[in-house]
Amino acid sequence: MEALIDAVGLHTYYGASHILHGVDFRVGRGETVCLMGRNGMGKTTTLRSLLGLTRARRGTVTVRGRDMTRADPSAIARQGIAYVPEGRGIFAGLSVREHLIMAERPGPDGRREWTAERVLDYFPRLAERLDNQGTNLSGGEQQMLSIGRALLTNPDVLVLDEATEGLAPLIRRDIWNVIRAIKATGIATVIVDKNVKVLLDLTDRSVIMVKGRVVYDGPSAELKADPGVLQTHIGL
Amino acid sequence: MDFTFFLIQALNGVQYGLLLFLIASGLTLIFGIMHVINLAHGAFYMVGAYLVWSLTGVFDSFVVAILAGIVCAAALGWVIERFLVIHLYNRDHLDQVLLTYGLILVLNEVQRMMFGSDVHGVAVPSMVAASIPLTDTLSYPVYRLVLAGVCLALAFAMYWIIQRTRLGMWIRAGAANREMTASLGIDIRRLNALVFAAGTALAAFAGMIAAPLSSVYPGMGDNVIIISFVVVVIGGIGSVKGAFLGALAIGLTDTFGRVLLPEMSSVMVYALMAAVLLWKPNGLFARA
Ligand SMILES: Nc1ncnc2c1ncn2[C@@H]1O[C@H](COP(=O)(O)OP(=O)(O)OP(=O)(O)O)[C@@H](O)[C@H]1O
Ligand SMILES: [Mg+2]
Repeated sequence: MEALIDAVGLHTYYGASHILHGVDFRVGRGETVCLMGRNGMGKTTTLRSLLGLTRARRGTVTVRGRDMTRADPSAIARQGIAYVPEGRGIFAGLSVREHLIMAERPGPDGRREWTAERVLDYFPRLAERLDNQGTNLSGGEQQMLSIGRALLTNPDVLVLDEATEGLAPLIRRDIWNVIRAIKATGIATVIVDKNVKVLLDLTDRSVIMVKGRVVYDGPSAELKADPGVLQTHIGL
Repeated sequence: MDFTFFLIQALNGVQYGLLLFLIASGLTLIFGIMHVINLAHGAFYMVGAYLVWSLTGVFDSFVVAILAGIVCAAALGWVIERFLVIHLYNRDHLDQVLLTYGLILVLNEVQRMMFGSDVHGVAVPSMVAASIPLTDTLSYPVYRLVLAGVCLALAFAMYWIIQRTRLGMWIRAGAANREMTASLGIDIRRLNALVFAAGTALAAFAGMIAAPLSSVYPGMGDNVIIISFVVVVIGGIGSVKGAFLGALAIGLTDTFGRVLLPEMSSVMVYALMAAVLLWKPNGLFARA
């Protein structure tokens, strides 16, 4: 499988604290990968290192075959990686409509499959709130806006950190359904979430991190069949 | 005070305020978006005045001199951002103040070397050199009205760009959350360079159109920068709308202060600032 993202040997620090200790992370075209681990194990830091937001001190990040290790986050994004961050990243002062308008652009190969109309078909609730300030939306609506905005960049990979954190059960179900639908369109996804059961059903591959190291990287189906591994590393 | 006199002062106040807005709007954007305190912003006003004075000599036309001057000023701003300001983004305000203060000294010295310390005048373009008679003794210069009109048009253009265009949305998004904006593929470094160049051009443009009224002299930017910071603080850092209202308030306060309370005039604008800050500590239109 062609690698969209191929990160090798990432060592990332916050100041003097050494957080990632040689993380390898790969995402293939159309592949759905989850990144699991207890609190503070380095999931967000791994995603941020891939996206160029927190620069790894050692290691390399290759995107679609190009070395992006030192590239600006915007250049990495333009290689077809879209980010739905922890906390959703809604812009204060921008309406829902403006969030969608400002994000829309063709994908790295010029595709324009995702338009505002299509995003609003996926998220009818956003269509009703186009003129609201993004920051006035409910948590679930903000997550939909964050995902919709990411899709409008026509990405090859969608990276979701804490995809359903802080949302009511019914809203979570909606978000999972949307992620399933996105997966069905062939977009690769990287998902961090607390709901291990859904993740194992939804994803092709699972990566488990403990203290800044990858301790498991394999098919989600195998992990599901071997509860001992989850027990050891995640405590389930 | 009769009505005509009041009208003249009000027009002067508005026109001074609009001029201040051109300077303060760039300052507030640079501060609000790039988080850089640019003390040298007033020096760009001086650069503009000297540009128009020397370019009028070259082109023999005020308008052509202004157009050429805008291009020069934007290029200067771009170069300064690329080579100097770019190093300030992740630094604290002290470093920013030191570097941009140094820039004032350099620009003032370059001015002295190139143009000396004489005061120069720039003629009001003949097309708008007339005055509108108001009473037998009082009249109002057309140039001042044209100047106010041009400033207003620019203010509307800025409002439109910032509120209605994708570029404006990127600028606002970048101010709200730089990382998220970059993660959507928008190159913040280019936005920064653009905003800084545009801010420089605006301040220089203010110096150019003010030149026929104020004349052109060394250090003319030094007073302007202080009052522009007052405008930025009153309006709320990063708010162009706030800068607009703040600039008008300062323009009117300063102008009427000079005629009504001449002995207090120098403290009036600061009293206004203190009053606004007591009422709204983060300025009129503070960002959340
Ligand atoms: N900005 C920061 N400065 C210093 N240390 C940080 C910073 N952000 C995270 N850390 C530390 O880095 C480690 C990894 O954090 P990270 O956010 O990557 O974990 P995580 O797996 O995403 O956790 P969570 O499930 O809580 O989101 C933690 O020990 C955390 O305390
Ligand atoms: Mg995290």
